Amino acid sequence: MNLILLIEQALNGLQLGVMLFLMAAGLTLVFGIMNLVNLAHGSLYMVGAYLATAFYQWTGSFLAAVPLALAGTLAVGVVVEVVALRTLYERDHLDQVLATFGLILFFNELIAIIWGRAAIYAAAPPWLSGHVELFAGLRYPLYRLTIILVGVAVAFLLWYVVARTRLGMLIRAGASNRTMVAALGVNIRLLYTVVFGFGAALAGLAGLMAGPIYAVQPGMGEEILIVVFVVIVIGGIGSIRGAMAGALIVGVVDTLGRAFLKPALATVLSPSAADTAGPALASMLIYLLMAVVLAVRPEGLFPARGGG
Amino acid sequence: MSDALLDVRALSKSFGALRATDRVDLDVREGETHAIIGPNGAGKTTLIGQLAGNLRPDEGRIRFAGEDITTLAAPARSRKGLARSFQITSIYREFTALDNVALAVQAHAGHSFRFWRPARAEAQLRDPARAILEEVGLGGRADVLAANLAHGEQRQLEIAMVLATRPRLMLLDEPVAGMGTDESQRMVRFLGTLKGRRTMILVEHDMDAVFTLADRISVLVYGRIIASGTPEEIRANPEVRSAYLGEDTED
Amino acid sequence: MSTVAAPNLQPAPPPERAREKRQRVVIVALFVLLAAVPPIATAFGQPFYLDLFRRIMIFAIAALSLNLILGYGGMISFGHAVFLGVGAYAVGVLAHHGIQSGYVQWIVAIVASALVALVIGAISIRTSGVYFIMITLAFSQMLYYLGISIEEYGGDDGMRLTVRSQFPGLVNLDNGTAFYYLVLGILVLFTFLVHRLVNSRFGMVIRAARSNEARTRAIGFSPYAYRLAAFVIAGAMCGVAGALFVNHTSYLTPDFMNWTRSGELMFMVILGGMGTTIGPVLGAAALLLLEDFLSGWTVHWQIILGPLLVLAVLFAKRGLAGLLPGGGRDE
Repeated sequence: MNLILLIEQALNGLQLGVMLFLMAAGLTLVFGIMNLVNLAHGSLYMVGAYLATAFYQWTGSFLAAVPLALAGTLAVGVVVEVVALRTLYERDHLDQVLATFGLILFFNELIAIIWGRAAIYAAAPPWLSGHVELFAGLRYPLYRLTIILVGVAVAFLLWYVVARTRLGMLIRAGASNRTMVAALGVNIRLLYTVVFGFGAALAGLAGLMAGPIYAVQPGMGEEILIVVFVVIVIGGIGSIRGAMAGALIVGVVDTLGRAFLKPALATVLSPSAADTAGPALASMLIYLLMAVVLAVRPEGLFPARGGG
Repeated sequence: MSDALLDVRALSKSFGALRATDRVDLDVREGETHAIIGPNGAGKTTLIGQLAGNLRPDEGRIRFAGEDITTLAAPARSRKGLARSFQITSIYREFTALDNVALAVQAHAGHSFRFWRPARAEAQLRDPARAILEEVGLGGRADVLAANLAHGEQRQLEIAMVLATRPRLMLLDEPVAGMGTDESQRMVRFLGTLKGRRTMILVEHDMDAVFTLADRISVLVYGRIIASGTPEEIRANPEVRSAYLGEDTED
Repeated sequence: MSTVAAPNLQPAPPPERAREKRQRVVIVALFVLLAAVPPIATAFGQPFYLDLFRRIMIFAIAALSLNLILGYGGMISFGHAVFLGVGAYAVGVLAHHGIQSGYVQWIVAIVASALVALVIGAISIRTSGVYFIMITLAFSQMLYYLGISIEEYGGDDGMRLTVRSQFPGLVNLDNGTAFYYLVLGILVLFTFLVHRLVNSRFGMVIRAARSNEARTRAIGFSPYAYRLAAFVIAGAMCGVAGALFVNHTSYLTPDFMNWTRSGELMFMVILGGMGTTIGPVLGAAALLLLEDFLSGWTVHWQIILGPLLVLAVLFAKRGLAGLLPGGGRDE
């Protein structure tokens, strides 16, 4: 195993981590503030991917497609929130799980009706394709690098909003004491819609960036959503810091595992055994990691309502 | 003092900068009725939580019948004979009053990994449950759904469930909370019949109840016990008077 | 027997007794109806209905097992379909390797499901609320991905079950009607077992822990062990459903364990009525019949089903059992 390969895979892990962070941040905010379990978060990711692909094909310009897709996902998110989710805030988690599950079925089928069930082709724009020479011997795809940079920028933006603005103060207050914020006379409804819209935009951003790398097809949202759950459980519910930590850990562990577990096992097992065990174990790795974290810290690494 | 049934030393708990419980010492003897009073926000709920096993103290220790129970969780304390009632009624609303008490009896009547026989057919559970309901005055309401009981009856049910666990020490958190005058007097009379036979720690605001029932009173202010003694001593204590019984002590 | 008349402490028979009687009548009637399907279907030359109702009953068994921990226990397990998969794979894998004895296969299915439930439960039940939902979901997906990654058993595509479980001397599963009655028999048996279970001491603790956890701890119960036991029992029962299912479809794919399948099971429990004896059967029938009906209409039936389910959750929480005489939650 050479160093170049390791760094390349580590960067891939970072890129995956960034996307997971975008998804996790939205989901954990919505849960922390509104106490809403939203399974349809993955559907917003899917909508972002499809809108980006469609707008890119339509306008021919990636730079135009991005804000259009973001706006579109945001609009869909707000509509869903106002029409379907408002009634769920007061309900228990079971109702929320079931209702948002119904939404998933709806969105997957809607997408299938419009675009069909087969995966559609989403390409990165030419000026983002190609490789960048990071240092001697390491050529890394420009697109993936861009994702990482965008992710870091968004993380910084999120930190700024949460730590330095009034909205962020409301968010932090709401995450640790929801009823208090309501009692202070803040327009809760508006706050909720804003927070949800924020989360939808983040999911849409992840989705639109995901197109060229991952398969764009109905159900793509749920695949990543499960991993996002693992991220949140590991990182701790309700905290952005936890989402970041969890996302990076999961992203790197998963990517490195898939890349290196089989060859690593092949050094101690027979090639055919490693052939089976390697991918199997690699696909289970992040869940095993989750189990270990839970055994040691059932609340996750950085829970919002921590002991202080 | 080490033959006290409950022996609390230097109990402390903070929430961030707030010292909710501040080096509390408490001892309760067998057969005693010990009241804890204090103004709102004094930390009574936090203290009860630590005694019952719902909250972990930061420092200090709690000994019950000579045994250190500081780190023991609530179910284990109940099994050792330390029972609590809740300030905000906490019963099984979908079950009948009889079912409620029977469950409490069941918790202390052998193990519950029995999968076949209907629990409602067990005389071993039902008979004591009925008897306790009679004792607290709910005998005729045994088959009423707990949710359909009047508020005062629900408070009685709380006490019934405490009694059903055959406790050595009863922790009663504002047993007459939210009750009208008649109901409270009935409850106080009932608790009076338990006096001497049971050991009770009573957290209360209702001063009539406190001075009628208590053998000793401890006064909790800002997480600290500022005075502890007989009702007469407490009534006469100037610190207590100014801090709690009334700011208008113009004598 | 005392010769002195004791004061009559026995209350008059409460209205619940009458309700229980009515419930029992409805349940028996339902099972009789189900038993009548094969002869009726044959008489009308519609074997399709035999297949459909057998499928409904198999899912009713799975829903029944979920009802135990979700409906009565309040544990929102979102990965219950994993046990369908474990049971099915136990049978399928053993058959693949030449072990066709149903006795061996099904015992392995039960034991394997119970073990998987023990491991998943031991970790998950230490958490609660949202964590529990996410973790059960994640673990079930883990096994789903594991199933996909094992090429020898078909991986993504799954594999065929060439020979159904053999029960020499007992029942021939290739006989559709005999298989049907076996499933019905198991459904009746499990319904009865769960009914005894939830009214036993064990069941009362589970239900109490759902109703008011703080109170349950305060009177001296530690819910963890009871919940874990219930989780294992439910897992094992669902494993049986899985063994039945793979025999029913003669095919085996990791999709049995997919989380959308878990969602379907939850809906069956909710639609039928949580914490009721008959809910699972009603819910399974309702959902599968609805899916069957809608898919006859349009290939995009999920776009109708989705919002329907949302509306059901928002407005029809008591479920179908609440509509029947004697219906509603078990007290």
